Amino acid sequence: MLAEKYAQEIQTILAKYPPDQRRSAVMPLLYIAQRDKMYVNREDMAEIAEILGITPTEVASIVGFYSLYYEEQKGKYHIQVCTDLPCALRGAERFMQELCSRLNIRPGETTADGLITVEPVMCLAACDKAPMFQVQSGAGLSYHENQTVESALALIEQLRSDATRKRGRDSHV
Amino acid sequence: MSKEKPPYILLRHRDIPDLDNLEVYRQNGGFKAFEKVVTQMEPAAVTEVVKASGLRGRGGAGFPTGLKWSFIDNKSWPHYVVANADESEPGTFKDREIMEGNPYQFLEGVAICAYAVQANVAYIYLRGEFWNLAASLDQHIAALEAAGLLGENLFGSKYSLRLYTHLGAGAYICGEETALLESLEGKLGQPRLRPPFPPSYGLYGKPTIVNNVETLANVPLIIERGAEWYRSMGTEKSPGVKIFSLSGCVNKPGNYELPLGTTFRELIFEHGGGIPGGRNIKAIMAAGASSSLIVADERALDTPMDYESVPSVGAQLGSASVIVIDDSVSIPWLIDKTTHFFRHESCGKCTPCREGTFWMSHLTERIANGRARREDVELLYDVASQIRGKCLCALGEFSIEAVLSGIERFRSDFDVAVGEVQTAAHVEQVPASD
Ligand SMILES: Cc1cc2nc3c(=O)[nH]c(=O)nc-3n(C[C@H](O)[C@H](O)[C@H](O)COP(=O)(O)O)c2cc1C
Ligand code: SF4
Ligand code: FES
Repeated sequence: MLAEKYAQEIQTILAKYPPDQRRSAVMPLLYIAQRDKMYVNREDMAEIAEILGITPTEVASIVGFYSLYYEEQKGKYHIQVCTDLPCALRGAERFMQELCSRLNIRPGETTADGLITVEPVMCLAACDKAPMFQVQSGAGLSYHENQTVESALALIEQLRSDATRKRGRDSHV
Repeated sequence: MSKEKPPYILLRHRDIPDLDNLEVYRQNGGFKAFEKVVTQMEPAAVTEVVKASGLRGRGGAGFPTGLKWSFIDNKSWPHYVVANADESEPGTFKDREIMEGNPYQFLEGVAICAYAVQANVAYIYLRGEFWNLAASLDQHIAALEAAGLLGENLFGSKYSLRLYTHLGAGAYICGEETALLESLEGKLGQPRLRPPFPPSYGLYGKPTIVNNVETLANVPLIIERGAEWYRSMGTEKSPGVKIFSLSGCVNKPGNYELPLGTTFRELIFEHGGGIPGGRNIKAIMAAGASSSLIVADERALDTPMDYESVPSVGAQLGSASVIVIDDSVSIPWLIDKTTHFFRHESCGKCTPCREGTFWMSHLTERIANGRARREDVELLYDVASQIRGKCLCALGEFSIEAVLSGIERFRSDFDVAVGEVQTAAHVEQVPASD
């Protein structure tokens, strides 16, 4: 249950909005759920609906509308490459194609180990530092700018070893 | 020969190290303006100074800021201020630099605006990708509360103010102010029918001022140094400085803070170092992907970048996100990028925009891939023209700017694209990028 695990955080979020406008907290609460599992499942949506006094359908429609929420489990790390116009003028499409072929996937797909999903996204407000991408994971979002395929692959190796180490640790509990 | 660079006004962190530290910001005069308005000025007098400065909104529309503040409805309470930090227009990356490098000047601007309209709560709506930025703003807000610069009974007065960040979740349309307010209310980010406008009916149906980050970041120095000082920069109708986000085919892309009225030539060739690889400039987009395509001839290059001059070359200044396009770029390819963007970002509320962007992207893809006939270009022009004037918000209009101007002004690129057709086009699959 989110309400127990993140009680403090949820209180802080609810306090930002007028008491009769709890619904405003739906997006921040969805972020809590997503950070927990890397996607938002039905149970979490139902729980958020209950906390806010709205229907689960209303919560689901929010999840569907906004592109940063996921309804299904994909890779643990989403490498989101900006291929929008300004970045594309600086080689971002070639960069993404090459990165994908080095990972043996096509854009939008997830690597065989289930860890890395590479996908094109719209402008991330870093157009002067293309090629660039953001990594979305349970830990949040991070920007990686002025990238080369080599620097991106090095980062992916790092993410993979982090994931292996974490899995090793989890299996001890 | 380059002129000596005057001190920065918005990107002051480039002159002053560690300006994102509250102590450093205060040593450089920070929060003096906020203290002055709260302790010495009537709210309406603050609005008058901003009005006199001629400051215009930097989010795209260029609406006079002081005038907007004066529209706040004093019969309905409470009032709110919402800073628009959604920054999602392709080619725009200025608000992010302000919030990262000079966050306190922005926050002080929010605070002064809130005092001017007597709001006790202000929200900063950031695009979801600015996750880390929101966390750092939260820390800066906490530092301000700890220093007694935000909170209850500020400077011994009766005035109280709280600031909160709120993260969006990946929707360009939430930059449109009424969609933003819907989103902040926890609803789908879809624009409202206007009027009523936010200063009378905004967040939770209450009077609300929505301003762009850069707009607000101007305010502390306008209060500190006066409207006359601000008017000494820029042009008569577009006073002050602007941050131009320069991107695309240019040697030194980046943010350039320059007086409004600086020419495209100075920005692109003097500051931006010109076009790489010895290529020639072909076109300019002045307002990101929402812009029409300006033919980059000598006259266009000598055009001042201000709200009143850019229309003379068939475009708008908008957010001043200048995308440079060189002669290696095919315009059909370019408009295929922009139509895909708008198709992806249409909120779907009105049919002409939802269906129109779908069909445009379908056609541009076919044309860009050399699988179209001449009639497809005519059809594209037709579909785009049908969208004009039929939409609830400006996104629909934005989506056709590059398409119509591209076909009108770069026709030969389309002739080349359709000349390559070998077989009659078959039914296309839906583009893979969504
Ligand atoms: C589709 C669309 C997207 C917009 N995106 C932004 C944005 O990301 N940031 C912004 O400040 N204004 C954006 N605007 C403009 C806002 O609606 C509004 O005019 C602005 O926030 C007002 O602030 P200003 O007067 O300080 O410019 C957008 C408008 C439209 C129609
Ligand atoms: S014009 Fe497009 S984005 Fe704007 S409200 Fe209509 S469908 Fe939504
Ligand atoms: S176009 Fe890629 S970050 Fe703006």
